[in-house]
Amino acid sequence: MAIEVRIPTILRSYTGGAKVVEGAGDTLGDLLTDLDSRHAGLKGRLVTEAGALHRFVNVYVNDEDVRFLGALDAKLNDGDSVTILPAVAGGAFGFAAAAAISQHRAAAAAISQHRAATVAARDAAVAAR
Amino acid sequence: MARYESLLDACGGTPLVGLPRLSPTVPEGAPPVRLWAKLEDRNPTGSIKDRAALFMVRAAEEGGRLRPGDTILEPTSGNTGISLAMVAKLRGYRLVCVMPENVSTERVQLLRMYGAEIIFSPAAGGSNQAVATAKQISAEHPDWVMLYQYGNEANARAHYETTGPELLHDLPTITHFVAGLGTTGTLMGTGRYLREKVDGIQIVAAEPRYGELVYGLRNIDEGYVPELYDATVLNRRFSVGTRDAVLRTRQLVDVEGIFAGFSTGAILHAALAVAHEAVRDGRAADVAFVVCDGGWKYLSTGAYGGTLADAEDALEGQLWA
Repeated sequence: MAIEVRIPTILRSYTGGAKVVEGAGDTLGDLLTDLDSRHAGLKGRLVTEAGALHRFVNVYVNDEDVRFLGALDAKLNDGDSVTILPAVAGGAFGFAAAAAISQHRAAAAAISQHRAATVAARDAAVAAR
Repeated sequence: MARYESLLDACGGTPLVGLPRLSPTVPEGAPPVRLWAKLEDRNPTGSIKDRAALFMVRAAEEGGRLRPGDTILEPTSGNTGISLAMVAKLRGYRLVCVMPENVSTERVQLLRMYGAEIIFSPAAGGSNQAVATAKQISAEHPDWVMLYQYGNEANARAHYETTGPELLHDLPTITHFVAGLGTTGTLMGTGRYLREKVDGIQIVAAEPRYGELVYGLRNIDEGYVPELYDATVLNRRFSVGTRDAVLRTRQLVDVEGIFAGFSTGAILHAALAVAHEAVRDGRAADVAFVVCDGGWKYLSTGAYGGTLADAEDALEGQLWA
């Protein structure tokens, strides 16, 4: 028995194109170290130098997010299924686009400031009369 | 309950209905475990997004960001666009939606019917092209107002002020709240409210796990987590695949007569998981979950009939939640 690990398309260069690989370990951290011994570089894409899961990576054990199960210390058992995915939850198009144009907000903020200033100036002019 | 001054005033106040046939059976003498569905498809445009749209527009009006006749820009192919189109129409704004040209025909028709203008980005370019198009449009029109539902506090506040109190009022014995994780607004707002009021409440997220084609486009270093998201509000987070979501969506209409979209199926899957755990542990549970929208907009996918494998194929590459 082993732990089945599903690899996202973007990381299959590390697994020789394999969609699913097998590994072993008592915790997620152990499993990733084990995988890295056969698929060098994989762990480095998932874990930061500080030793935490990369912010934009989601890892699931039997469909549950490991961040709520102890993250890299999450306990694993033989027969578990681990899924690795980039962080792109719901409405993927919308938020990708929204994130990409979030600088728009800076421009919008400048405009509303300008408006507020215009209104204030007009009010001041009215008050002065 | 029955009379409102306008459609906007009829937003929220949705029914909470028990699911006696889908709730797990408990051994004799064991405490009850019950599932409850919050029917958000009963909102003015048929989805939970009406709450967020209304609150975001009101907040922008109150903050002076939106003035009569202004144009709202939203990159969305989903329910938020439809909700915003309705609110914009009634409040006197123009709405421009940016979306990939391969979204379902019902969505385009609905948005146009509500008066939204649509700018398509080429499907062939995938999401990278969609993002590029949206960027270009925003650069050309800096005066258009983007409400940015992923980072807009009024989105979460809508649920803190309405969804949460409604649930607690209707189900004071609530032990679990289960909802979908997209912008995260529903879970953050409702979750915060219930955590303040109910000791030991479990806030559970269900996120859609799409077919590979969707993730294939993504680079791990360019991922995105909505600004509204605060993991400390949640107790657990489930990833639900297309097959399970379809299975549960069909079960919901088959067993309880509730015709919902596929994101609701994903949520029901997580709700059943926590309900069965409660049965196993011999604990009483009142699990409330969100029915985000009805199934009408998804009929053209064909995923309500045929085998599960066929349905999975039909939804491959689609953002079904």
